[in-house]
Amino acid sequence: MIAIIDYDAGNLASVERAVSYLGFKCIVTNNIKTINSSERIIFPGVGAAGAAMDSLKRLGLDSLIKQAVIDGKPMLGICLGTQIIMEYSEENETPCLKIIDGFVKAFPSDIKSKDGSRLKIPHMGWNGLENIKKHPVLSNLHEEDEFYFVHGYYPNPNDSEHILSTTDYGISFASMIGFNNIIATQFHPEKSGRPGLSLLKNFCMWNPS
Amino acid sequence: MLSKRIIPCLDVREGRTTKGIRFENNVDIGDPVEMARFYYEAGADELVFYDITASHEKRNIMIDVVRRVAETIFIPFSVGGGIRDVDDMRNVLLAGAEKVSVNSAAVKNHGIISQGAEIFGSQCIVLGMDVKYVGESVNIPSGYEIVINGGRKYMGIDALKWAVKAQKLGAGEICLNSIDADGTQDGYELKLTSLISENVSIPVIASGGAGNPGHLCEVLTKGKADAALIASMVHYGTYTVSEIKTYLDSCGVKVRKSW
Repeated sequence: MIAIIDYDAGNLASVERAVSYLGFKCIVTNNIKTINSSERIIFPGVGAAGAAMDSLKRLGLDSLIKQAVIDGKPMLGICLGTQIIMEYSEENETPCLKIIDGFVKAFPSDIKSKDGSRLKIPHMGWNGLENIKKHPVLSNLHEEDEFYFVHGYYPNPNDSEHILSTTDYGISFASMIGFNNIIATQFHPEKSGRPGLSLLKNFCMWNPS
Repeated sequence: MLSKRIIPCLDVREGRTTKGIRFENNVDIGDPVEMARFYYEAGADELVFYDITASHEKRNIMIDVVRRVAETIFIPFSVGGGIRDVDDMRNVLLAGAEKVSVNSAAVKNHGIISQGAEIFGSQCIVLGMDVKYVGESVNIPSGYEIVINGGRKYMGIDALKWAVKAQKLGAGEICLNSIDADGTQDGYELKLTSLISENVSIPVIASGGAGNPGHLCEVLTKGKADAALIASMVHYGTYTVSEIKTYLDSCGVKVRKSW
């Protein structure tokens, strides 16, 4: 069973639908027993870092997620879930879970593309991946594959070893993070068509050694 | 770099898709769930559904369509048409839409944008704008006026002012439809599109007038649009999404080429 963590951070049904469509059993839950007995964890989320951290603490899920990481349980962070595993977010000046060293930063408001045109915030739509590292969850990725992003903040890991891919939006930011049993995407695999479903499927079968 | 999005638009009445020419004489062309699957597999970057069901009692048919679409396609899609309040928004989002678009209701009650943004997040809230060129005047300095009720009612509101205001209220995106261009297949309203896009910081989807891939190229470059809505040119099989993207790629417009 895969536990999709419910911490009042947006509508999680799309993640549940995609995982079920792929034929894996999953449950949207904030029940500590259920999460503890799950085989793997998906940590999604849409919304603001401050409210999300408040909910995690209130539900007692902050320490549970940290423990799951220590125990070696496979975990997939998505969007806000990816930001929350960092040390600290500039959004609402929020101390986060400190699983990965580094801050979550806001895109600069005067951000420009290489040709000098103004870029809009949030970064919303389809974008590609660069500097992709080898990882079991990223098998069957094609060079031109793109993923669906919606975010105004991005994770910035201190250790470049933790960065599995970068994406260009005026600046180059970490679009995927990997560390031991954790993989985390700034984009939404559940909304990214074939390559997104492929990544989700790989995660659902991944056994980190 | 971010790709420009190509978005087929499906009008749905009582659970069936139609395509209106200038909002009149709708012709029935099929099942929305099957059409959604078709465009998903054909490389559409996103889909837009407009519920044009007249009777409010029959609107739960649309919720069922949204639920079945969400189980079938794994790209974002928005749903609009007849969204009157936050409860209507919630029903559509819970059924599985990524975004909900408001048009007439937002003009009459600005609070629906701010409430929706606060509850569901700005990224869920699309402002639909139907705009007509009326000439510059004291009341309408940009020359573009907001119309509602499917293009029938002039509101005396300047389109540019409304776009800027809606962004402040919390809209996360604007779907900008030119009533003058809609259904003509003569090309998008480039001047209107660039005017709005350059004066807001949220993405603008251009709508109305697409007849060939060159029109998309124009609106995504000169028109400064972030995305382009298409309907007849793909619904009737004149072009495929793939052909449009190949053309845009050859013009140097960044599009998603792998799906």
